Amino acid sequence: MLQGIPIHPEQASTIAREVDLLHYVLTAITLFFTTVIFLIIFYFMVRYRRRSPDERPLPIDNSLPLEVAWTLIPTLICVAIFLWSSSLYFVNAKAPDGAIEIFVTGRQWMWKVQHPEGMREINELHVPLGRPVKLTMTSEDVIHDFFIPAFRIKKDVLPGRYTSLWFTATQTGKFHLFCAQYCGAFHAGMGGWVVVMEQSDYDRWLNGEASGETMESAGQGLFQERGCANCHVADGSGRGPSLVGIFGRPVHLVSGAAATANEAYLRQAILTPSIVSIPGYTQLMQSYQGQLSEEQILDLIAYIHSLREEGKP
Amino acid sequence: MRNRRPALSEAYAPVSPVKEQMAHLLAHQFEDLEQQHETDTLGIWVFLVTEIMFFGGMFAAYTIYRSLYPVAFEAGSRALNVRLGAINTMVLLSSSFTMAMAVRSAQTARRKALTLFLVLTMLLGVLFLGIKGIEYHGEYFDRVVPSLNFAPQGEVLQRFTTGGLGRAELFMCFYFFMTGLHALHMIIGLSLLLVVLLRARCGVFSSQYYAPVEVMGLYWHFVDIIWIFLFPLLYLVGGRY
Amino acid sequence: MSATTIPPTALPPPPGTRVDYLNANYGWTSWLFTTDHKRIALLYLVSITLFFFVGGALAVLMRIHLIDPQGALVQPETYNKLFTMHGIIMIFFFLIPSIPAVFGNFLVPMMIGARDLAFPRLNLLSWYVYMTGGMFTMYSVIHGGVDTGWTFYTPYSSTYANSQVIPVALGVFVTGFSSILTGLNFIVTIHKMRAPGMTWFRTPLFLWSIYATSIIMVLGTPVLAITIFLLGLERLFHVGIFTPALGGDPLLFQHLFWFYSHPAVYIMILPAMGVISEIIPCFARKRIFGYKVIAFSSVAIAVLSFLVWGHHMFVTGQSIYAGLVFSALSFMVAIPSSIKVFNWTATLYKGSISYDAPMLYALGFIGLFTMGGLTGLFLASLSTDVQLNGTYFIVAHFHYIMVGGAVMGYLGAMHYWWPKISGRLYPEGWARLAAAVIFFGFNLTFFPQFMLGYLGMPRRYAFYPAEFQFLNVMSSAGASILGVGYLIPLIYFFWSMRYGPVAGPNPWGATGLEWRTPSPPPTDNFERTPIVTEEPYGYAKQEAGLV
Repeated sequence: MLQGIPIHPEQASTIAREVDLLHYVLTAITLFFTTVIFLIIFYFMVRYRRRSPDERPLPIDNSLPLEVAWTLIPTLICVAIFLWSSSLYFVNAKAPDGAIEIFVTGRQWMWKVQHPEGMREINELHVPLGRPVKLTMTSEDVIHDFFIPAFRIKKDVLPGRYTSLWFTATQTGKFHLFCAQYCGAFHAGMGGWVVVMEQSDYDRWLNGEASGETMESAGQGLFQERGCANCHVADGSGRGPSLVGIFGRPVHLVSGAAATANEAYLRQAILTPSIVSIPGYTQLMQSYQGQLSEEQILDLIAYIHSLREEGKP
Repeated sequence: MRNRRPALSEAYAPVSPVKEQMAHLLAHQFEDLEQQHETDTLGIWVFLVTEIMFFGGMFAAYTIYRSLYPVAFEAGSRALNVRLGAINTMVLLSSSFTMAMAVRSAQTARRKALTLFLVLTMLLGVLFLGIKGIEYHGEYFDRVVPSLNFAPQGEVLQRFTTGGLGRAELFMCFYFFMTGLHALHMIIGLSLLLVVLLRARCGVFSSQYYAPVEVMGLYWHFVDIIWIFLFPLLYLVGGRY
Repeated sequence: MSATTIPPTALPPPPGTRVDYLNANYGWTSWLFTTDHKRIALLYLVSITLFFFVGGALAVLMRIHLIDPQGALVQPETYNKLFTMHGIIMIFFFLIPSIPAVFGNFLVPMMIGARDLAFPRLNLLSWYVYMTGGMFTMYSVIHGGVDTGWTFYTPYSSTYANSQVIPVALGVFVTGFSSILTGLNFIVTIHKMRAPGMTWFRTPLFLWSIYATSIIMVLGTPVLAITIFLLGLERLFHVGIFTPALGGDPLLFQHLFWFYSHPAVYIMILPAMGVISEIIPCFARKRIFGYKVIAFSSVAIAVLSFLVWGHHMFVTGQSIYAGLVFSALSFMVAIPSSIKVFNWTATLYKGSISYDAPMLYALGFIGLFTMGGLTGLFLASLSTDVQLNGTYFIVAHFHYIMVGGAVMGYLGAMHYWWPKISGRLYPEGWARLAAAVIFFGFNLTFFPQFMLGYLGMPRRYAFYPAEFQFLNVMSSAGASILGVGYLIPLIYFFWSMRYGPVAGPNPWGATGLEWRTPSPPPTDNFERTPIVTEEPYGYAKQEAGLV
């Protein structure tokens, strides 16, 4: 403890250094202006202290050039910081193509992680070094927040919808994972570790003994046993539309609105099908609300994502 | 700044006999009745602005959900009794007319007319609440009251399910909360009207002093305007005309 | 104001014979049914002091608990209730009323030359409404407390929490109306009851800040009221306004909640800024620098404050374009505040500065508010906010502004106007000591929290990883010093009511209509309505001896 108090967490992702730089510039600005104001006040207090009870200072009470100067300079500083910070934010907003997708479900008071290849984890997240990882997250109950200080990333995890974040880890090791949105009694205990491994170690870990069936295959199993396959026949001859190749494609709804068949849409279609009816089909699909866990829904989505037309990528 | 500032010489001028008669109506913090009247009027306007923000929060929430779930909200709207709602709209508009007439009567010091119009306004207000009660009873009968007995049947159930049953229930929540809050304001308004009526009957109001009636009028018109917005948003969204 | 327009009857009569607002009547009923704005201000003073120490006791318990990474004092569920109740009591029952309800009520009529506010009975009703809300909240504290955080996020608060959410929500809802009525009273009073010659630009800056605060109170608080109302309905009737399973949106709650709660923080700071604008000219004996700029900046802050609420929601998954807009506006709202700081500092230039306690608090305010405000830029900036949201950095930021800012402003006001309110002087030596202890204790408590935040310690944690312990212990040490610092004024203000030297009408030699009355003032403030002919802060023109 006496070795020196750390100022920042380890810089373990591609964005950590630039976020830290921005933070330090802001710190410098803060300390600079605070110190300057303090020093000026201290100087004035001493230099202009009241020496006699009859003093009547001159009424120096306005100066347009000064007002303009100390309005413009802070404004320019703010504009500069805003532009820098926002551009960094934009870069970090969308995961690069080809990112590894991992799925996270939060609930009071644990994190459940599903790797597409089949590994499941609780309160731990194994990722490979140097490759972009995209997390798609949802909550089973209240709002949580997935926070990895060492990677400088954080995103709220909400019930009823998916949120996502991405990162590329640049150091191997173990890093704190925290829940950063108050969620009840054991909010403080809803943490864990992110374990970054070399690619080869990660591959080995993925195929280890604890690995279960892949999300795709689990999804396929659900698709059969819950009756989805009865209506959603692959060649389109069933009572429901074929789902081959549907993932990511635009969809036109009965209500006239347009949507994209992404994770959020598919989740809604499974839980409240009547809302996402498409023309040409009678709304017959039952709602699966309360019959599937969030992880099972993610398995189904992984399966649907994998459905491709013959010969197409 | 007020329009009429006393000149230096007037500031310590003696009080005129006419004004002395009204002295008991002048609160001690005011210089004269005109200042009191202007202050009371500005006070009620500021209060109405807060009421706009209060209802506004609910209107904002309604608007957001309506834009997200248009089908469910239209289905929910069609479950309401548009005929009774329209009658109520006419009732409330008429009561605003009688209230305006009451304020005019107070301004022109016609006590009997003032009393009559206040009574008419109250009767129309009570009629509005009565019709609302009939509507609520009907909705209870149709089993579309959220949490209490939300189990719609038949055609209503079918229409609700198209947009999503939960979301139609959300619409019904807004219907009951918004009309309920409005009805609460009506009840408060009726109690205040009673107070104004009793004071009017005692002959308190005159052309120099009628601010309470004007303040009452502003509040009543505001409650009316809220309904003018509620009616189309809740009743007419379903479109069956 | 030139001497010729003040009639000779305003000179203090011989001691023992003068009737003032304190001794005009005696007895419980004369206080509990009073319509005198000065007595109502004292009713508020007593109640908010009580709530401050309750909220402060909760803070002490929290800081003791956090000495140990596993938690030294209570179970996690209890800790969650401690921080929730601390936040609710401090924000709704101390900070938001504090300066407006005590000093606004006491001073606004006097500063404009009026006998009372526009609606004195409404003013009394305000206090009763506030106390009713307080009673509901205290009921909840006694019956197990609430653990949702003062922000009441759904669906936790509406569906999952097993604590006294409804009584507390009711308490906050009811107390909100006290805010609304007070703000309404001030707005109407300032528009309609200024004395002859008191134009807008002759009013003291404290009045401008109270006016801007009242605008926010009146426009923002009703939205909180309806939000809490909907939350209560959802919890009571199990309906789904904010619950996803029924089509509701938990983020809608956050938008509605922050639409009020961000402007609310300006309700807390604007009056304190107004106080500083009064104290600095008096103790530098110099006209305030940039009067109109400061006045307009108060109004600008009030307007802009309604446009920035989304910066509390940058990590909720909202659209990045919404994030951009709110970030830009959040940077903009910082500018008027920084302009004020520069103007206050410039007022000191070539002034004649004395080091009385009010001035020490005012100068402490400037330094700490500057720091707190600049750390706000870290949070307006999108990329850094991602790292800092939900951590102790936020806790440190808002405590710098609310405690280092608003509470210091409140204490400055207490010391500055205490002679007027009580007719007595407080002991200056003890006051300066307390100011120093508070300043030191405050920084030791909250500066380490900036560092904890960036290191990644989330807020609202009942236990934490051991590597964060050192900074936590530092913070708790500071809290104990800060607590002692707050007790000292409590003791000497009480002491001064009996044993303090009698204060004359104007012990500080200040300008302003309130200093033209005896201390304590008579019930009707002025024998005759004054007529205003001069600019405010006329220190340079003050003739020696005119007290």
